[in-house]
Amino acid sequence: MSDLKSGSNLEKVLRAGHFALTGECGPPKGANVAHLKEKFSHLKGVVDAVNVTDNQTAVVRMSSWAASAVMIQNGVEPNFQMVCRDRNRLAMQSDILGAYAMGVRNMLCLSGDHQTFGNHPQAKNVYDIDSMQLISLVKKMRDEAKFLNDEDIDVPPRMFIGAAANPFADPFEFRVYRLAMKIAAGADFIQTQCIYNMEKFRAFMKMAVDMGLHEKAFILAGITPMKSVGMAQYMAKSVPGMDVPESLIKRLKGAGKGKVAEEGVQFAIEQIQEFKQMKGIAGIHLMAIEWEHKVPEIAERSGLLPRPKVD
Amino acid sequence: MIIADRKPLGELLEMVKECNKILILGCKGCVTVCNVGGTKEVGVLASILKIARKKEGRPIEVEEKTIERQCDPEYIAQVKDMVGQYDAVISMACGVGPQFLSEAYPDQRFFPAVNTTSFGGAVSHGIWAERCAGCGTCLIHHFDGLCPIARCSKSLLHGPCGGSASGKCEISKEVDCIWDMIVKKKMEKGRLQDLTKMKPNKDWRTARDGGPRKSVREELVQ
Amino acid sequence: MRLSYPPNVKVIQVPCTGRVDIIHLLKAIEDGADAVYVAGCLEGECHFLVGNLKAKKRVQYVKKVLQELGIEPERVEMFNLSAGEGPRFAEIAREMAERAKALGPSPVKIKKAA
Repeated sequence: MSDLKSGSNLEKVLRAGHFALTGECGPPKGANVAHLKEKFSHLKGVVDAVNVTDNQTAVVRMSSWAASAVMIQNGVEPNFQMVCRDRNRLAMQSDILGAYAMGVRNMLCLSGDHQTFGNHPQAKNVYDIDSMQLISLVKKMRDEAKFLNDEDIDVPPRMFIGAAANPFADPFEFRVYRLAMKIAAGADFIQTQCIYNMEKFRAFMKMAVDMGLHEKAFILAGITPMKSVGMAQYMAKSVPGMDVPESLIKRLKGAGKGKVAEEGVQFAIEQIQEFKQMKGIAGIHLMAIEWEHKVPEIAERSGLLPRPKVD
Repeated sequence: MIIADRKPLGELLEMVKECNKILILGCKGCVTVCNVGGTKEVGVLASILKIARKKEGRPIEVEEKTIERQCDPEYIAQVKDMVGQYDAVISMACGVGPQFLSEAYPDQRFFPAVNTTSFGGAVSHGIWAERCAGCGTCLIHHFDGLCPIARCSKSLLHGPCGGSASGKCEISKEVDCIWDMIVKKKMEKGRLQDLTKMKPNKDWRTARDGGPRKSVREELVQ
Repeated sequence: MRLSYPPNVKVIQVPCTGRVDIIHLLKAIEDGADAVYVAGCLEGECHFLVGNLKAKKRVQYVKKVLQELGIEPERVEMFNLSAGEGPRFAEIAREMAERAKALGPSPVKIKKAA
């Protein structure tokens, strides 16, 4: 595979045609390296890359590039997330170079939840450039070896560029166009927001496949297993852009006391089986937030282990 | 117009704590239009301050005056003979007023009565909303007359983000998602391709980020 | 009707309570009134359509101001009645006079030097 853009494990797995599996890990609310290591230890060898969130929901945590570096030092491949909320184009380019220097090879470009959601709502809003422009920026740095201002970069960062897609936000008809734009801007792989409304997602994927987007970028379907009825109800009501069908909540309620988590896992496994067969889906992005220890089990039960080793 | 809201009464009383005689200076411009700093509101604030100070047992003398605007030296000059007679002057104009007054009359203290917020207009009687962020490089013609810099919480140029739901912004159901409006309008008018083109990164130099701005009309400068 | 109402209630007649503005209520308090109330037509029956609704909002505004200043918002009130309800008029006057008595003298009255 001579035309690898970054040489990351995730890229190699996808390029070789394997069904990819990525996980997610939120850095700790402190410089607690031991806690961070414990969290991602569950994912080692179980996924092809681990997303490292960037002050997710505008709550301050250890920076994603630092947590990514710790991961690399411990033999786990990170997918370094960067949001547009907290840094301007100078800091972005600088952090991209820094992350690459520390061994990061995958990068996910996101807008970022508005700071009013988080624990420092008084902060100044940055949003110097948006996620679309960030994707374009990383591509320019990688492929042209130039900064935004067209100056040459002394050893360019060769990142595998990722972007997020939310098929469940509004307006629905426009979502696939926005996905197409992200791919045209330079996204190599896409991770979707976690999916619960399978019918809507199938409709979205049909549009994406009709546009040939699956041939231009690798699309990974997002899954977050429901741990409880409370979690399902919270996500249905309080998380913008989240679509949780009533039928799923009913199913979880019907599972009976003590068995809801297993039902949630069961649903996730069913989703994975469908995604394995679904046209246009190149893999799964499994976000078991604060439930990282469940990932090996879910991966095993879904027939996703062992992970392929590609040179 | 410039929109402002009156400061909390506690804050205003604190400002004039040491004063026995003050002037409240209103403005017939923007703050009159948004009913926060015109003649009427000057009268109301004067009465409120007098009530508060009477209650404390330390009455305050309050003079009231409203001038045409507080953003032109010619109007500022109109109060030349008055301003020195008070312990302090409260300006009910937008943030420009107290500054122009302070510059013209350096020996007097001018306090702002309002918190100036944004450029906007009346959306219905009694309600004013932000429409313009003063970015210095107007782009609304690209977005069918809607401004994403001012009206998108994230100032996205390629929105909407994943948090847009039912036409509302993720930060609050009270805030419309301007990108939802832009996309729907473009789809309706058959101009969706305008949105699928990449927009260049915003040059924030013309905005406040580039430093305080000045506009010069060469043909008028004497 | 020759009904009596307390002598310490001063009535100011206006063509419509919509004529009553925030400044009038504030001035009453400023000049030492222990209480001030607005009596307008029944809601939906304002002769000038919505004057009484405007008055209601202004009364609420003044209540908020008083609260912010640490003065009892009950000193200002809005009532609605029809022009034919003489007894109700007297009843309201008595109610406010009693309320003012219960609240005590307005804290805004100029304090005599000790």
